[in-house]
Amino acid sequence: MANTASRLALVAGALTLGAGSVLWAADEGPKPELISGASARMLAETCAGCHGTDGASLGPASPTLAGMNGEYFTEVMQGFRDDSVYSTIMGRLAKGYTDEEIGLMASFFAGKPYVPAKQKFDAKLVEKGAKLHNKYCEKCHSEGGKIVEDEEYYILSGQWTPYLRNAISDFREDRREMPKKMRSKMDSLLEREQDAGLEALFAFYASEQ
Amino acid sequence: MKMNRRDFVKAASTATAVGLVGAPHLALGAAKKVVVVGGGTAGATAAKYIKRLDSSIDVTVVEPNETYYTCYFSNEVLGGSRTLESIRVSYDGLKGHGIKMAFDSAAAIDTEKKVVKTAGGTELPYDRCVVAPGIELLFDKIEGYSKEVSEKLPHAWKAGEQTKILRGQLESMADGGTVVIVSPPNPFRCPPGPYERASQIAMYLKANKPKSKVIILDAKQKFSKQGLFTQAWEKFFPGMIEWRPGPDATVVKVDAGGMMAETSFGDEVKANVLNVIPPQRAGTIAQTSGLANDSGWCPVDQKTFESTLHKGVHVIGDSSIAGAMPKSGYAANSQAKVCAAAVVAMLNDAEVGVPSYVNTCYSIAGPDWGISVAGVYKLAADGKIAEVPGSGGVTPMDATAEAHKREVEYADSWYKNIVHDSFM
Repeated sequence: MANTASRLALVAGALTLGAGSVLWAADEGPKPELISGASARMLAETCAGCHGTDGASLGPASPTLAGMNGEYFTEVMQGFRDDSVYSTIMGRLAKGYTDEEIGLMASFFAGKPYVPAKQKFDAKLVEKGAKLHNKYCEKCHSEGGKIVEDEEYYILSGQWTPYLRNAISDFREDRREMPKKMRSKMDSLLEREQDAGLEALFAFYASEQ
Repeated sequence: MKMNRRDFVKAASTATAVGLVGAPHLALGAAKKVVVVGGGTAGATAAKYIKRLDSSIDVTVVEPNETYYTCYFSNEVLGGSRTLESIRVSYDGLKGHGIKMAFDSAAAIDTEKKVVKTAGGTELPYDRCVVAPGIELLFDKIEGYSKEVSEKLPHAWKAGEQTKILRGQLESMADGGTVVIVSPPNPFRCPPGPYERASQIAMYLKANKPKSKVIILDAKQKFSKQGLFTQAWEKFFPGMIEWRPGPDATVVKVDAGGMMAETSFGDEVKANVLNVIPPQRAGTIAQTSGLANDSGWCPVDQKTFESTLHKGVHVIGDSSIAGAMPKSGYAANSQAKVCAAAVVAMLNDAEVGVPSYVNTCYSIAGPDWGISVAGVYKLAADGKIAEVPGSGGVTPMDATAEAHKREVEYADSWYKNIVHDSFM
């Protein structure tokens, strides 16, 4: 993770340029300044009530953040903030943070050990899921979707299934934009395997514990 | 560089190992002591996070009950989707972190001598004390109401036995009965709670006793997530829930014998089940140890949660006056972490860092129908906690059914994670 962490520090540094340290309330004239400058830990620990202590979620629907690639975290938080990534509550929360703060949280969670979810899965589907993963997903979510250095895509292996289910439904129902390559892979997966193919993938990812 | 306490402890223990083998510890690095009064969400989280930040600190939690029932999700016990057992939490998790549990009530805090005295006669000295006693219910603000009467007219605003009584009454009530919920004036614990409760009770009644109804007699003229609750009630329970606003509907008197609530306007409302949530103030120990002001709540330095009335004592959770933050479980958990970081910094003569606070609160307002409020907060230059402009707020009124269903999934995830983060 060393490379990722140092690269992240650069990202966080670059992001700082645009972020003021003071925010002003817009309504009802000037309000007292808000004080910024909280540490990565201080910021990230506010997430634990939904995403688990140190970002290791007990699920089922809120994902584990621990070990998540920092650039991915940043991209999605910024997407929540400008409503380009669909959410129920995360958009409202992400609007409370500057790029710099998001960068700090990203580096905190990237530095935490990933804890695969303890969850049930259909063992009969795992083998098929593994094959489908290699065929359709492996190129970007490499090594079975586990964390690898310089992996800039989302961890799939060991993530909570209800979370993955929701994310996939957002992609399929156009609430969230799919990267071009992902769309073409997803289309061919669904054409050949239908929803059963996704079920097998979910079982495979859940089997990594 | 100035040596902090931990460096000193390290240096001292190295010296011991080299030159003083077998010597008693004496005063060398005597552990700093923190006593936490109250083992609810705020107190438990503070204890755990202090220990996580500096394991050399000796942390003791004073709490009268050996098991805890979370207030959050106790409405779902009333609605029948959860059991009381499912919201019970033990303190084994805290013990596992090396935190000492003193199962006793705090009788007094001597802020001069820095000692917490328990009802059982134990004296617990502290370097810093964290007070998190939750709320005191002001039974005597309603004529005819008392702790004794609450066994017949339950408040169920502290979960456990009271939740069980109210659930039992709902189960025994005949179809066509009326459930009256008396909702308190601001400020009080869990602002959306009475309205989520009405929703949950209506869910149970609609499925089991569909001719029944729920009347909320409120001291307030508006309430938390009001638009969203009203929308859900019209959608799922049309005609079943009636909300009567204050000041006219403020309940001033209850009659346990006649099962009746009287409003300030003089209306007498008959009930088959009468749930009386009385006005509130900071927990009793905060009152008796001089930590509360005339408002009944505890003023604090909102950066550290140190009392502005007594140095060395911090007040967190429902008892504290915490700027724009509501009195919620998530706020208690968030404040506890800010306080823990401040306590550890102060005990190590380090600078207290800049705080950050969050609130996230879900209510289940109908079947597969979750609604939420979120807030991100910073400390403002005037010393008060303020919401970051443009952030936070409630579920949009035009959210899809799919989004509401997902908010129920997130509510369940919230419960699992916050209980674990606070107590385990």
